[in-house]
Amino acid sequence: MERSKRPAQIALECKNLTVGYKSGGSEKVILKDINFSVSKGLFVAMVGINGSGKSTLLRTLAGLQKPLSGDIYLENQIINSINPNEKSKLLSLVLTNQTISKNLTVLELVTLGRQPHTNWIGSLSSKDKSHILEAIEATELEKFKNTPCFELSDGQLQRVLIARALAQDTPTIFLDEPTTHLDLHHKASIFLLLKKIAKEQQKTILCTTHDIELVLSLCDKMVVLHKNTTHSNTPDELIKSRIFEDLFPNNKIGFNNKTRQFFIR
Amino acid sequence: MILLIALFLVNIALGSIHIPIKSIFKIILGDDQVKSAWTYIIIDYRIPKALTAVLTGSGLAISGLMMQTLFKNPLAGPFVLGISSGASLGVAFFILGGSALGLTSILAPGSWGTILAASLGSFAVLSVVLLVASRVRDAMALLIIGLMFGSLTSAVVSILAYFSPAEELQRYMFWSFGSLGDISWNALGVLFICYSIGILLAFSICKSLNSLLLGEAYAQSIGVSLQRSRFVILISTSILAGSLTAFVGPIAFVGLAVPHLIRQWFTASNHWTLMPACILGGALLMLICDTLAQMPGLAFTLPINAITSIIGAPIVIWLLIRKKKLLF
Repeated sequence: MERSKRPAQIALECKNLTVGYKSGGSEKVILKDINFSVSKGLFVAMVGINGSGKSTLLRTLAGLQKPLSGDIYLENQIINSINPNEKSKLLSLVLTNQTISKNLTVLELVTLGRQPHTNWIGSLSSKDKSHILEAIEATELEKFKNTPCFELSDGQLQRVLIARALAQDTPTIFLDEPTTHLDLHHKASIFLLLKKIAKEQQKTILCTTHDIELVLSLCDKMVVLHKNTTHSNTPDELIKSRIFEDLFPNNKIGFNNKTRQFFIR
Repeated sequence: MILLIALFLVNIALGSIHIPIKSIFKIILGDDQVKSAWTYIIIDYRIPKALTAVLTGSGLAISGLMMQTLFKNPLAGPFVLGISSGASLGVAFFILGGSALGLTSILAPGSWGTILAASLGSFAVLSVVLLVASRVRDAMALLIIGLMFGSLTSAVVSILAYFSPAEELQRYMFWSFGSLGDISWNALGVLFICYSIGILLAFSICKSLNSLLLGEAYAQSIGVSLQRSRFVILISTSILAGSLTAFVGPIAFVGLAVPHLIRQWFTASNHWTLMPACILGGALLMLICDTLAQMPGLAFTLPINAITSIIGAPIVIWLLIRKKKLLF
């Protein structure tokens, strides 16, 4: 009960985190001195140029890969000490470039999100079924329920993957570049959907993306990966700090603070 | 199910020696008024053979299904990935190597020794393939690795054969043609125990198999222990493919084709549906193949491995042409 007294509950926190890869005896550090925390119910965007380590950081935060040093707290517990079954009830993922069986129908795929809550046979209770239906409604996929995934467009498939994470019913959702390969309309609708989920269902959403201009006006908080470390604040504060002006290398791209847009120099 | 029983009866009824249907029913019902030679053929040859066909078809189909899900590859199967070759290698070491080392191999194909050798052989190959598969993500590379293992094992077998006496060699050659016959009730019992263990393990891992359809990272994120699931799938497949290969020889295409046919038929991905369907489908296909192999009018029984390839290969080609793309 002690936790609920705190004014803003912390969903995720990094302390002196260093991420990268270990190969053989040597360590390759990609990001260091990572210190930030995310309160519950926020929509947070993680941005940075190609190769800045967005995916590595996200994988580390999700516990799919071990940090080189430092600690990650998910719901006040060190992430790598939570047992897999418990963790699957706290955190769900939306990933790109996974080999998913496209034979699965939308309903089947979303149903797999309920696995952490079902017994060894995987039989669904009425509660499971209502969560699945809610997830499908929230992502507006009712029409496609029985469509196999190989018939879906990229945007639709992305929505199905988000629905799967919603069905998992975790307080926190991480998404790895959910808007790649989508046109502007579909990018916007995915971000609006995420914002809606964060507000209405009080879920914490952390999402990596390249669409900086779009998320500037939509997200509550940003984590900017720059010069091998992270800077975390609200979009407005980050713009004031002028971090976006030299985000891209070689001074080719500038940032207009008034229009909140990038331009080519 | 009814189709299965019907085919089972047809399979028993047909053979190089003609036995009237009436007499067959009488024999099954325990009537001893029938010619004792016929009783012998039915009870001690045709029924065990038909049962072996059922076990072989369903077991291979299940191991093929698990391989396709585990490797996320529609072309995976016990034969393609070199698991059957691994089993062959185990048996070759056992039959040929045993005599080369001066051991009098009193153990005929189908004994515990061959089963163990075949299961160990398939387990070894499967482990190596899995290890390599985790390093290469490319589907083609995996198949090439399977093929390479096939050539490697056949090379080792040739070397073993070179140093083996003719008798042992012949015994190995006959085994490698594949045969559902020549299996005593005792041996069938042994096979059934191995089969049951394999199938039970397969069913116990159904939920994890379903989650693996999303890929490994997703499976982990919904609480699946990858190491444990991989291990159970590995053990189950090796026992199934290994023991079956030990008894009936390497059999191609059943493990590959049946899961695809079933997926087409049921348009399902859930392993709780696919598993029983594959058991049924595999058993049916194998009974059909065996019935063809012993068509009446032929004085001999054709090697079963040839028949499954003749039927299986066109099925896979047909599926590819129809669907343009095979999905796992």
